[in-house]
Amino acid sequence: MRELSVQEITEAVSKMCISANCQASEDLVRATEQTNADEQSPAAKDALLTIRENQRVAAAEQIAMCQDTGLAVIFLEIGQEVHLTGGDLEEAIHAGVRKGYADGYLRKSVVADPLRRKNTGDNTPAIIHTRMVPGDKVVITVAPKGGGSENMSTVKMFPPSAGREGIIRFVVDWVKQAGANPCPPTVVGVGIGGTFEKVAYLAKRALLRPIGQPHTDAYYAEMEQEILAKINALGIGAQGFGGTITSFAVHIEVHPCHIASLPLAVNLNCHVSRHETVRI
Amino acid sequence: MSEIKRITTPLTDAIVEGLHAGDSVLITGVIYTGRDLAHARLIEALDRGETLPADLRGQIIYYVGPAPAKPGYAIGPAGPTTSYRMDAYTPRLLDYGLKGMIGKGNRTPEVIESMKKNKAVYFAAIGGAAAVIAKCIKKADMVAYEDLGPEALQRLEVVDMPATVVNDCHGNDLYVEGMARYARTAAHVCSCPTRPVSAGYHLSPRQGDGCR
Repeated sequence: MRELSVQEITEAVSKMCISANCQASEDLVRATEQTNADEQSPAAKDALLTIRENQRVAAAEQIAMCQDTGLAVIFLEIGQEVHLTGGDLEEAIHAGVRKGYADGYLRKSVVADPLRRKNTGDNTPAIIHTRMVPGDKVVITVAPKGGGSENMSTVKMFPPSAGREGIIRFVVDWVKQAGANPCPPTVVGVGIGGTFEKVAYLAKRALLRPIGQPHTDAYYAEMEQEILAKINALGIGAQGFGGTITSFAVHIEVHPCHIASLPLAVNLNCHVSRHETVRI
Repeated sequence: MSEIKRITTPLTDAIVEGLHAGDSVLITGVIYTGRDLAHARLIEALDRGETLPADLRGQIIYYVGPAPAKPGYAIGPAGPTTSYRMDAYTPRLLDYGLKGMIGKGNRTPEVIESMKKNKAVYFAAIGGAAAVIAKCIKKADMVAYEDLGPEALQRLEVVDMPATVVNDCHGNDLYVEGMARYARTAAHVCSCPTRPVSAGYHLSPRQGDGCR
């Protein structure tokens, strides 16, 4: 049994809250530059140039790319051979978020109660998804999630008869309806299957994949490309100014489901697509 | 793209009438921050017949909740937030005399009608470009609702802040026009994997280019 102090987890979370918000990942930089090269609309191209310049400035000055530094969504994979010591694991994560958002001059965007809406002042609590896995490592992913794109997300419980075509039509229509709101070019996370709560989790997890990395199952890889082509044919473009590229990528995650069900979730991510992972 | 227009706040009817959907502008002068909860409080104040904490007549509200400023900075990263959340409050503020809004994303038909009626304009700033937009903000002063944290009402002094006219007072809408210009029919869409998947997307520019 390997011992690991939760203080190490606090430190890692704190650092990743800052770096994920200030430093565009390589795949995001590549997607931004490629999109700018391929885009045919001058107005959208201008917007993409500004977006790329913003990535440079944020990284150089270590300031946040977007003022909405998000709700801190944390994915934990805990090896079952690890013994966590030194305190409460979830409190250690909240402490990391608290420290990172203070030290990094990141915005505090959490209200303590959904209806009474008083800001907690330290961006806690985080949203934490924990999974036990074999091994003696802990894998932590910090994925700050902005409100603008999160609001343009949905869950739909289809009957199985809707099938592949029904899913494709719904996702494309959904992105069309979202228009300029989620800050395109977006990454489109699609969850299919599981249950009502599982499918939303799948769509969120889909956003963690490096941008444009296809599904390992060719059937879904092809479906990702088909949805993406149809989304990009909508004409929305970067920032909704009109253009040939509305989304960087579509990522699908699937799970077995009930014989009566075909759950679908769409979780949009803005062009400030943020996530960082560390293995301790 | 049209030529870049320089405008200075406060806005007059003449300035607003000269702006058209798709125009690129550089805004200089005083603007005010305000988003969800600040709007709710402004409307409550109007309902009670109170004087607003800032005279917003002729002014622009920037839908933004800035991040904290690092030492040496006038303001933290400050890009636009999504505008539709303010739609419920906007016609009331436009009737009161507000002339402009900076945000991102679509507005309701009610807001667009009210903009026509009141000669007002809606600009988009580049969402998510908060670090570079903040460079145009030279000064930020707290005006009211400090308890709301990032949602407080602040007075900003901006110099050459870039924005794009989305809805003008003549009823034009850049989002509708831009999308119509670049939308392709289903027949033009190709999903065959003729490009490396790593490119992340694939479009057939025309019919009959080898894609089916």
